[in-house]
Amino acid sequence: MKKSIVGAVLGVMLTGAASVHAADFVMDTKNAHSFIQFKMSHLGFSWVLGRFNKFDGEFSYDEANPAAAKVSVNIDPSSVDTNHAERDKHVRSEDFLYVDKFPDAKFVSKKVVPEGDGKAKIIGDLTLRGVTKEVVLDAKHIAGGNDPWGGYREGFEGTTTFKLKDFGIPKSLGPAAEEIQLYMTVEGIRK
Amino acid sequence: MWKNTQQNYGLIAILLHWLVALVVFGLFGLGLYMTDLSYYDAWYQKAPFIHKSIGMLLLFVIVFRLVWRFINVRPEPEASLSRIEKVASEWAHRLLYLLLIATMIAGYLISTADGRGIDVFGWFEIPALLPPVKGMEDIAGEIHEVLAWTLVGLAVLHALAAIKHHVIDKDKTLMRMFSPK
Repeated sequence: MKKSIVGAVLGVMLTGAASVHAADFVMDTKNAHSFIQFKMSHLGFSWVLGRFNKFDGEFSYDEANPAAAKVSVNIDPSSVDTNHAERDKHVRSEDFLYVDKFPDAKFVSKKVVPEGDGKAKIIGDLTLRGVTKEVVLDAKHIAGGNDPWGGYREGFEGTTTFKLKDFGIPKSLGPAAEEIQLYMTVEGIRK
Repeated sequence: MWKNTQQNYGLIAILLHWLVALVVFGLFGLGLYMTDLSYYDAWYQKAPFIHKSIGMLLLFVIVFRLVWRFINVRPEPEASLSRIEKVASEWAHRLLYLLLIATMIAGYLISTADGRGIDVFGWFEIPALLPPVKGMEDIAGEIHEVLAWTLVGLAVLHALAAIKHHVIDKDKTLMRMFSPK
């Protein structure tokens, strides 16, 4: 009996101690403290902003050893939202994301190259419209700590840019709009 | 002359018939054309604008046409028609009206899915009556397309039947739609 109490206490202490090192986090999408947005030129004149409303993701992170960090995000491409139903309908169609045929999109990190100062290049595979390609996410650790409600959180942001053509998107929006910029900021709650 | 009689259609009913026929086939062609345009085509913005504007005006025309149909005498089918032909044509006409209205409502729901109204030629705006519904534009879009094809298919059948009456049966069914009395 005593032994098991000691074991439990030790266990808690060890877990507590371990939390200072690598820990697993779930992205806070339930209360929307994580965002995946994108930005595309419109005719070279201005920007169209949009976001994916439905996604979930996880990451593991150890501030002392950022090179060991891992991240994966599953995105529902049909949740695209550019604040215009007719445009979103078009983006979901075969011309762009073809969500009927390719209902899943995701990013899975393969390697993290820390650059100091909380910054890192996250090299990973992005799957979009059935095409999987390597992209590099310029990521930054913003901050982390205890939240006011008894949890522990870590927050990040990152950007990457790629050509629509690289993912087999057939519709051309003109020479000024060949690339899309992706921005994501995520807050993870420790499991 | 203006109103229907027991035997013939009046001018109003005839004009409404041909106006709607012309507009429906025009909108069908325009719809197919505009959904296939490239982003840089000069018609990319204009074609849908015209399609939606005319579509909304057609809705008013159809409402007026239905009112006219109900307050007027309905000409009897030609005596040469068989019982089956009478029943079939009556139901075909009812179905045409139903398809017309359903197609226009579905089209309206695509454009108003996010709470935006429909601007009719810059003259006035038809507001969105429903609150924004997620994904309604997709469902309404598919329904609009299926209904439009069905409507045009049935209209073609309707036209073929009229031609059959003219050429084979040699009755006045088709000619009644050209000459008000």
